[in-house]
Amino acid sequence: MTTRVEVEDLLRKLAPQILGALVRRYGNFDLSEDAVQEALLAAAVQWPEQGIPENPRGWLITVAVRRLADEVRSVQARRRREEAVAAQVPSDELVVAAPSDERLPSEEDDTLTLLFLSSHPSLSPASQLALTLRAVGGLTTAEIARAFLVPEATIAQRISRAKQTIKASGIPFRLPPEPERAARLRVVLHVLYLMFNEGYTASTGPDLQRSELTAEAIRLTREVRRLLPEDGEVTGLLALMLLTDARRAARTRADGSLVPLTEQNRKLWNQGCIGEGRALVTDALTQSPLGPYQLQAAIAAVHDEAACAEETDWPQILALYELLERISPNPMVTLNHAVAVAMVQGPQAGLDLLAALDDDPRVAGHHRLDAVRAHLLELAGDRAAARASYRRAARRATSLPERRYLEARAARLKDAQ
Amino acid sequence: MKYIALVYSNPGAFEALSQTERDELMTKADAYLKEFSDSGELLSGGVALADPSTGKTVRVRNGVPAITDGPFAEAKEQLAGYYLLDCESLVRATEIVTHDPAALFWAVEVRPIMDTGGSEM
Repeated sequence: MTTRVEVEDLLRKLAPQILGALVRRYGNFDLSEDAVQEALLAAAVQWPEQGIPENPRGWLITVAVRRLADEVRSVQARRRREEAVAAQVPSDELVVAAPSDERLPSEEDDTLTLLFLSSHPSLSPASQLALTLRAVGGLTTAEIARAFLVPEATIAQRISRAKQTIKASGIPFRLPPEPERAARLRVVLHVLYLMFNEGYTASTGPDLQRSELTAEAIRLTREVRRLLPEDGEVTGLLALMLLTDARRAARTRADGSLVPLTEQNRKLWNQGCIGEGRALVTDALTQSPLGPYQLQAAIAAVHDEAACAEETDWPQILALYELLERISPNPMVTLNHAVAVAMVQGPQAGLDLLAALDDDPRVAGHHRLDAVRAHLLELAGDRAAARASYRRAARRATSLPERRYLEARAARLKDAQ
Repeated sequence: MKYIALVYSNPGAFEALSQTERDELMTKADAYLKEFSDSGELLSGGVALADPSTGKTVRVRNGVPAITDGPFAEAKEQLAGYYLLDCESLVRATEIVTHDPAALFWAVEVRPIMDTGGSEM
């Protein structure tokens, strides 16, 4: 008996290999991707009932090649009907041979090549996410639409727009040349980070289903690490995801409301994830040049290591934020840095650091700035100002659980007065 | 981020337009819908509302429902329809809406939709 979950796991693992094999052989990313998607759908329906075939990879390739051949034939027929210049396309290039050659090219390279292609900088972030989930993750358009809470037609549009862009710009199916590779890898990692965040921040109450994005982001980042074990930032990102996801069970209450880090029940934290994340980040920090994901993972590790909030090693967190601010300055880092400063040097020092952000258009008017200021004012004992700041933050928040949390903080200060 | 675009117009505003203006509005509206649906930013499922005079307003006070004709008649501009956008930022949302012909003739309000997810602080 084969379960649906077993089939899905296998299909997601095989998806980029099948697509890579087709694109390498036939060169048409656009049509190959559609054909692979159809083969995956067929397998998802048949395998749970009829069992997984002896050679699942060969089965998928055969079905996908057949679909591709059908599609190519119909494209050719359409061309002839429209009396287009069919002669420009030598038909033997389009006619698809049976997959007799089982010596398929290195699947590892294909997964990576597909990731680079799906997160090509010429695509919009929304298209990068959708295409990565489908072409590399093997998710269906319907599954992606459910995860992002948008109509299926919208995801289909984003994928088709992405494929048109790839086709039109003639982006080749190979790893980016060495000089570009490091910068392009940063984009791949950013897409995986966005995927993780989308799932993680949504995994409350009725949106539990979206946590699938978190699992998928971790799985794909593991893949990248398997292929690029030497890259400290890949390892750092995987560690960051694991160390963050470890707290998932503690971060919300049964009613979906958010629990701040200091009040979380640390017994609910996943020690397996924490252990793995810590080992990864230690490994990366000792063996690779420093990078922002490694530093964020190191900060998450320090939080996760404290048995209770009071035992948090704030001086170490502060030192890590100082480094992070130096190599990757941005206002969101400064916000967290200000909290660390307040915990080590007192709330006023943190508030002084925040004052610099009031003129920064990237964060001025953002509810997080008001929320951090409110928190530091509360620590400083200025309850009236803290309450006003929490209320301002609540008004500016565009997330329901965050707004409720901020309103509750404001109300608590009022009750105590 | 998801945003809602609320189209406000005076009741009877469409009838008040000249034939040329109406044709212009319809052509531009089709082009607008196509362009931003294709970009994956304008979500399907937008609606146009019937004239405010065909609606009712419901209030329940002390358990007693009171149903009155139409929305507030005194308001000059009334909600005429809405659609959803899913895009990078409010800046991008307003940039998209500047292409909506409804904004050319009337007014379109863009408001963020509350996210049901969030980060602990």
